[in-house]
Amino acid sequence: MDEVVLRTLTPTVIGILVRRGADFAAAENAVQDALVEAVRVWRADPPRDPQGWLITVAWRKFLDATRTDTSRRRREALVEVEPAPGPAPSVDDTLQLYFLCAHPSLAPASAVALTLRAVGGLTTRQIAQAYLVPEATMAQRITRAKRTISKVRLDQPGDVATVLRVLYLVFNEGYSGDVDLAAEAIRLTRQLAAEVRHEEVAGLLALMLLHHARRLARTAADGSLVPLAEQDRSLWDTRLIAEGIDVLQAALARDRLGEFQAQAAIAALHADARTAEETDWVQIVEWYDELVRLTDSPVARLNRAVAVGEADGPRAGLAALAEIDPALPRYAAVGAYLHERDGDPVTAARLYADAARSASSLAERDHLTRQAARLNAQKCR
Amino acid sequence: MAKYLLLKHYRGAPAPVNDVPMDQWTPEEVSAHMQYMENFAARIESTGEYVDSQALSPEGTFVRYDGEGRPPVTDGPFAETKDLIAGWMVIDVETRERALELAGELSAAPGAGGKPIHEWLEVRPFLTEPPTITE
Repeated sequence: MDEVVLRTLTPTVIGILVRRGADFAAAENAVQDALVEAVRVWRADPPRDPQGWLITVAWRKFLDATRTDTSRRRREALVEVEPAPGPAPSVDDTLQLYFLCAHPSLAPASAVALTLRAVGGLTTRQIAQAYLVPEATMAQRITRAKRTISKVRLDQPGDVATVLRVLYLVFNEGYSGDVDLAAEAIRLTRQLAAEVRHEEVAGLLALMLLHHARRLARTAADGSLVPLAEQDRSLWDTRLIAEGIDVLQAALARDRLGEFQAQAAIAALHADARTAEETDWVQIVEWYDELVRLTDSPVARLNRAVAVGEADGPRAGLAALAEIDPALPRYAAVGAYLHERDGDPVTAARLYADAARSASSLAERDHLTRQAARLNAQKCR
Repeated sequence: MAKYLLLKHYRGAPAPVNDVPMDQWTPEEVSAHMQYMENFAARIESTGEYVDSQALSPEGTFVRYDGEGRPPVTDGPFAETKDLIAGWMVIDVETRERALELAGELSAAPGAGGKPIHEWLEVRPFLTEPPTITE
């Protein structure tokens, strides 16, 4: 039984325990205990019905914990009046769990941690490793999150947008430690998409698939960033791209556009071009117009300026850039790129150096520094 | 979440308001100071914001490469001029505002006379992995 399959069962089992009368925190703890036991005994003695096994063991763990905890007498009484459990449809429970873990009363970081644990079935240690914080810190973050939502009833309708924001955050965290958060985000979003027909869930799934498809090509062997135009497109995962495009087209056909669909459409146009020169920049600008209309996001405007520069020439790009707040991250980098294309390497070099100083990631800073150095070296020749 | 380094300086930062060297505090005042730091760390661990902290000796040595096969040259401590790092704490917080707020609290650690030392702490964001999606 592989670990991912095991983790897939987690939200269902938590949901069933909650419906039988366990509160969320107790159910979640009991299921974690059951998962640990599953890892220990299943290798030698795999059960015929893994989900049934997990429900039975988790329920037993919950009862044990409840009985040993004198402050939980109320729950014990609840257990006694609870009728014998029958087979349970699991779909709604899992969905509720997504909504609960992404509840708006939680800070984004807490919602992310709780989602990875309760819906993703990751251990606290795995989540702590992925976020490069001590296990004790992550354990506290999760405990506090559980306390925050302990009063929230599971039957309240959830907000899909909040869940999507949390999954998006997980995806963007990428890869560190032994857990690939991007792959985990895709797995969870797939699971969500299978349970709820919502065009933006599909939009986010498509977006993730299309970006994930280019992952191998995004960095060189030494870890440095490779810009889109210079990426080796033979490294792109065509199977993921095809799937992403299918998912996106089905979503767009429902004619309820949202920001994730618009972003996915842009990613799809990039993924569709066999060479950088074949990129359909005119259509990309149109999608950025949609994205700006939907979100009014300054980052979308900034990226639109790049696309305008490609579609209508660097002068037009610089004109679009002039309407944006210069304090925006990456503003100088975009300006540098457009000025270089406009034949002004001196300004471009200066702006690349400015951009490098305010970069928030090491790979980005190194990339921008190299761009500045390249232009300065040309000048000297 | 983003990680920030809170840097504590022996020297190099502006002077704290309650600027009495630690060796002139009473032992109780020193203990109270240490306890404050420990409590602070425990508290932000409980909020899920603590990452790491470490105190450093003031004895720093500068080293450089000085040619093939030759020993590295150490120039001894620049005791009078160099910026000395006393220690650090790494936090992982939701916002920059929260990082500044926590640094402010840490700076309120009690010193001589049991009063806050109001020392200056340097707050530096960590460089991170680039996000996968930037649209």
